[in-house]
Amino acid sequence: MATLEIRDLHVSVEADNATKEILKGVDLTVKQGETHAIMGPNGSGKSTLAYSLAGHPKYTITSGTVTLDGEDVLEMSVDERARAGLFLAMQYPVEIPGVSVSNFLRTSATAVRGEAPKLRTWVKEVKETMAQLQMDPAFAERNVNEGFSGGEKKRHEILQLELLKPKIAILDETDSGLDVDALKTVSEGVNRVRETGEVGTLLITHYTRILKYIKPDYVHVFANGRIAASGGAELADQLENEGYEAYTKGGASA
Amino acid sequence: MAEAQISPVGSTTAGSIAVAAESTVATRMSAPPSFDVADFPVPHGREEEWRFTPLERLRGLHDGTAVATGDGVKVVVEAPSGVTVETVGRDDARIGKAGTPVDRVAAQAYSSFQHASVVTVAKEAVLSEPVRITVHGEGGVAYGHQVIELGAFAEAVVVIDHTGDAVLAANVDYVLGDGAKLTVVSVQDWDDTAVHVGQHNALVGRDASFKSIIVTFGGDLVRLHPRVAYAAPGGEAELFGLYFTDKGQHQEHRLLVDHNTPHCKSNAVYKGALQGDGAHAVWIGDVLIQAAAEGTDTYEMNRNLVLTDGARVDSVPNLEIETGEIVGAGHASATGRFDDEQLFYLQSRGIPAEEARRLVVRGFFAELVQQIGLPDVEARLLDKIETELKASV
Ligand SMILES: Nc1ncnc2c1ncn2[C@@H]1O[C@H](COP(=O)(O)OP(=O)(O)OP(=O)(O)O)[C@@H](O)[C@H]1O
Ligand SMILES: [Mg+2]
Repeated sequence: MATLEIRDLHVSVEADNATKEILKGVDLTVKQGETHAIMGPNGSGKSTLAYSLAGHPKYTITSGTVTLDGEDVLEMSVDERARAGLFLAMQYPVEIPGVSVSNFLRTSATAVRGEAPKLRTWVKEVKETMAQLQMDPAFAERNVNEGFSGGEKKRHEILQLELLKPKIAILDETDSGLDVDALKTVSEGVNRVRETGEVGTLLITHYTRILKYIKPDYVHVFANGRIAASGGAELADQLENEGYEAYTKGGASA
Repeated sequence: MAEAQISPVGSTTAGSIAVAAESTVATRMSAPPSFDVADFPVPHGREEEWRFTPLERLRGLHDGTAVATGDGVKVVVEAPSGVTVETVGRDDARIGKAGTPVDRVAAQAYSSFQHASVVTVAKEAVLSEPVRITVHGEGGVAYGHQVIELGAFAEAVVVIDHTGDAVLAANVDYVLGDGAKLTVVSVQDWDDTAVHVGQHNALVGRDASFKSIIVTFGGDLVRLHPRVAYAAPGGEAELFGLYFTDKGQHQEHRLLVDHNTPHCKSNAVYKGALQGDGAHAVWIGDVLIQAAAEGTDTYEMNRNLVLTDGARVDSVPNLEIETGEIVGAGHASATGRFDDEQLFYLQSRGIPAEEARRLVVRGFFAELVQQIGLPDVEARLLDKIETELKASV
């Protein structure tokens, strides 16, 4: 069973010629089949955690370890991590002019699966998944994320999640910018993947509303660069009622 | 009316829209156009038209010291029926009809060539096959002249391929009769030691359409000067260009579209990728809309993708408008660095860095390549882009 283990992870960025520590010792274990919600206020470091796991070059790991089934993730290049089974649905996916969605999807599926998917089954797979996510088939011929609305970008991220079938999926604020209908559609996509029992999910969110559709097994409060509290689904209800204040006091200036 | 202004340009991109009482595009050249090389002083490098060009790498084309060697280039013309191919002397009346040399090297070429090649497509002939001209450098110095003339309502595609090594100054005249349609693809696929300088003049007849696709990959120094003027109203010109400037290469494209006649159109799109130390691309896009040219519709664009440090782009669009009675006039220029966020996104989907770069660069050129409308040329360009990218990693 696939397991992602994060141990005492410290991460910093270079900003204005100074080094700024953002993650200050994150410990977390995510196993295949589990769903962990990470909730925290703006600027607490949630995206930094997501990007660091995916290997974004802007973030420097200063100490700690990350392993996937015992393999050192931090030693891997960005694409190696993806091929090892990590997937990051981004908060702000970038546009790639001139690269069509269909070309992009096929290229990445080929890379992740280690061989080009058979054309006929592939076309069908993409079509059906797009239909389930209520994406117009015309999106396949558009350039990646170019001119996509916020909601369309998120559907496109989940489309990739469904097609690439990772071992560990990190979803960074997939709920933000979605209206209720879109939130349901996107959540259903995530749940289809979860129901296979083959994926461990790290659901990063600011609000509890997505948790109505995607039920977490564990909820972690993220504040000031580390996990400040962990619990079950009931912790989300508490956050809903009381906010993050109890966790941010005193920590913000550290 | 505002005073004419030519944009002073920094090292990256700049543009200007000037409103002028008379053509300053012509007057800012250091000498008026002429067929005689003696009418041009030897450039020293600070002239407007030479300031981006490393003169020392012209191998004497600019100062009269480059003497033709006889084994400079080998030219082969393959043409389908309906086409006449002739080699003519300097005094042939068909030479020089499309335009006059505007700088010293173009005039040097004009003053120095021994024979010209004239390709004529008969009136109303519609060619089923392209005319193929191969210019292969054999290591020497050469001066040349090429004329391509289409009779009224003729339609032709001409592909000119430049390969090998040479020091070559050669001009081309394109003369389009009324209603004629000409597509020219000029590929500069030289060895990395070649020097190639030339002025391409197109004279577009009434309701004729001219499409030029300039593709520059090779050479130590390539400096081309595609120019368009209209013989009568209703003409259309599309100028497409694609370049891939590698380490140490200087590739310069200087366009001029002279809207001297009413109701003509022009559209110029040039895109370039640069990589490696000392890669230098220059793009000058001069569009002049003369007072008489009412109803003009023109647009020009240059985009550059800088893949590595150490490369340099000078991109200067310049639009001068002498009449307000036009349909449209616009220009754009942008130079961007290869975007690390795009690379990260693609890599995070399992795509290896090298392949991700290839996707992005192919994507950058894709739209332009699709506009060429000649499938075999498109396929060849995409192949060539792949090769260039492979060489880089
Ligand atoms: N590249 C960077 N340069 C400078 N500061 C950065 C950089 N990336 C992140 N930070 C800072 O690190 C902190 C955490 O940012 P991060 O994006 O991880 O927060 P977040 O929890 O995802 O917030 P949000 O809920 O707004 O998405 C913020 O103060 C942010 O400004
Ligand atoms: Mg965030």
